Amino acid sequence: MAARYLKALTLALFLVVMLGGAAMLSPFGSPKGTIMDDYYIANGQDQTGSNNIVTSVVFDYRGMDTLGEGTVLFAAATGVLLLLGRGFNEKE
Amino acid sequence: MKRNDGPSVIVRMSACVLAIPAFTFGLFVIAHGHLTPGGGFAGGAVAATLVALILAAGGRKAAGGISNGVLSVMEAVGLMAFALLGLLGLGTTFFWNFLANSGSLFGAQVPFGINPGDINTAGVLPLMNFAVGFEVFAALSLVMVVMFRYGEEGQ
Repeated sequence: MAARYLKALTLALFLVVMLGGAAMLSPFGSPKGTIMDDYYIANGQDQTGSNNIVTSVVFDYRGMDTLGEGTVLFAAATGVLLLLGRGFNEKE
Repeated sequence: MKRNDGPSVIVRMSACVLAIPAFTFGLFVIAHGHLTPGGGFAGGAVAATLVALILAAGGRKAAGGISNGVLSVMEAVGLMAFALLGLLGLGTTFFWNFLANSGSLFGAQVPFGINPGDINTAGVLPLMNFAVGFEVFAALSLVMVVMFRYGEEGQ
């Protein structure tokens, strides 16, 4: 019985934190800090030569994150091979 | 385990019709990653539809025909090419775009603001898009092929 109350308490706490966080967000369309956005929009085309600002952020300004993303995918494929890849090197 | 001969003729025919256009669209998204929405990740996922359709239509025989050794090597090569392109910018910083505005490969200048777009721009970004697209295509295909084989042979 205690476990059930603990679960309900955890769920309530989770909801309070998440909904409270959502309520504290700045209103839609008027973000608080726009320094980085303005910098990317003003200099992205000039510095990276890319018309697509998203690509210039993903592959240039934040290239390190994309490297991590690629590594995650690599690790996922490796994990699938390890778990399910029986006879990986055998010919059928 | 008794099974039918495979999917129906409707599934096989639809897969044949859709496979090559889907793959071509994936390549298009990868190649225009620095001009239009999309890029390496999205384009690689779209291109991997080719393998999904082949598996859906061809069944066990098609899964046996796809070499997962080649896919595994492709995946590793794609990720290493991406990391290498990042390392090549180390003269300034990691992931420095050393080809942009240089006048050489992919080095054309871009005017500020709205413009029709030129494929020969953005420096290392198109190369990185290709590397990541290659890797995502190979990784997703590898996961699908291995899981498919496990489902067919397993238990």
